Amino acid sequence: MSTFVMPSLGADMESAVLMEWKVKEGESVSKGDIIAEVETSKGVIEIEVFEDGVIEKLLVKEETDCAVGTPLAVIRSKEQEVEEKESQEFKIDESPQKVLEPEEKKTDEKVFKQRIKISPAARKKAKELGVELSEVQGDKKEIHLRDIESETVPKKSEHPASGMRQAIAKAMSLSNAQIPHYYLSSSINMSPALKWLEEVNRNRAIQERILPAALLIQAVVYALKEVPQLNGFWRNDALEISKEINPGIAIALRKEGLITPAILNAHELNLDGTMKSLSNLIERTRSGKLRNSEITEQTITITNLGDLGAESVFGVIYPPQVALVGFGRIMNAPWAEGDTLSVRKVLQATIAGDHRATDGRIGGKFLDKLNQILQIPQELL
Amino acid sequence: MNMDEIKKIIIEQILEIAPEISEDDIDENKNIQRSLEIDSFDFLKILTALNEKLGIEVPEADYSKVDTLNNMAEHFLKQL
Repeated sequence: MSTFVMPSLGADMESAVLMEWKVKEGESVSKGDIIAEVETSKGVIEIEVFEDGVIEKLLVKEETDCAVGTPLAVIRSKEQEVEEKESQEFKIDESPQKVLEPEEKKTDEKVFKQRIKISPAARKKAKELGVELSEVQGDKKEIHLRDIESETVPKKSEHPASGMRQAIAKAMSLSNAQIPHYYLSSSINMSPALKWLEEVNRNRAIQERILPAALLIQAVVYALKEVPQLNGFWRNDALEISKEINPGIAIALRKEGLITPAILNAHELNLDGTMKSLSNLIERTRSGKLRNSEITEQTITITNLGDLGAESVFGVIYPPQVALVGFGRIMNAPWAEGDTLSVRKVLQATIAGDHRATDGRIGGKFLDKLNQILQIPQELL
Repeated sequence: MNMDEIKKIIIEQILEIAPEISEDDIDENKNIQRSLEIDSFDFLKILTALNEKLGIEVPEADYSKVDTLNNMAEHFLKQL
């Protein structure tokens, strides 16, 4: 018997609304199945189950705001299915849920009561007005629209920040307060890689074309295989290098904000696979649904400013990651080779590194590998 | 198919891919990507959708010929 709890979908998340159950009591589930959809500041996220088993009991009604760590369901594992069932009462701790502590000490620790009902209209209004549901709750079991409206005292700002904006603000403040960043930058001649990509795309149908963004992600993954120290986490005062390479890709949302969902297991993909995964990820980020593993398992972040961006970007590392790779706009620039000067497509590649985990030597080695890889792009296919 | 019909189809696809854009935002002589903040990924999606609708493939080398709504419609009209 195990209890499935509301997972933490990032250090900035305290609670989320369980929107919809995707399973019924008595249903069999396999590891990786979607069992519920929850609404967070990052949008609606599909939650995967982490074991094979049978849904014994759903403990929380749909549209309930649950703190991280709140028991949501009881899952009977497959082994227990086979064994003779000992009829044991499964007791749920009725005491207020403890919020799982993120790695940092929170100064404003709040303990949320579980199982508050919030009417959908109230939730929508609260979002619009930037009202914290926990502040409205008081002793109420249910929150209605009027509770939200009575809560809206005039604020300093006429436009309170959206939930997503606040989540970004929290993560970035934490990063700046905790992580001693170092920054390095290199100019990369992209002419050979872009010429090669043009040749590849010329013989392909439009649906099969590869964008430079996918090529750059692939090159980062290859370079990380050679310099693994930048792919991992700073935890308990030590660098934890990750075996998997799950680059979080900074994707701008159309209305406002930014999410960095991961291309999972990018180290197993070839260039076509990376392009397909990237397309799928961007589409789901902007108009569909992401999975919890995609927004929690990033091992490094890549931000690519693209054709309309600035020349270079020195990013803010997303804790507990230890590095962020940045790409500026690819532009025509004078380029010296030997003693001749010519015009080439030039890209500024940057790295922001956590100086607790690595030093500039490692960051420099990474940029050098990245450059070498991009000079022989045919090896990326 | 005439110029206006092609334009209408292109606009439909742009609005499909970037739903927050309204038709009034589209200036037919301005660079589509720059003026509407459409990135390379969405631009490719628009061209892919138009390829399915009109059966025209735009090679990468011709992207500069389809940078505005007017240029794109003219380019497609020649191809049809």
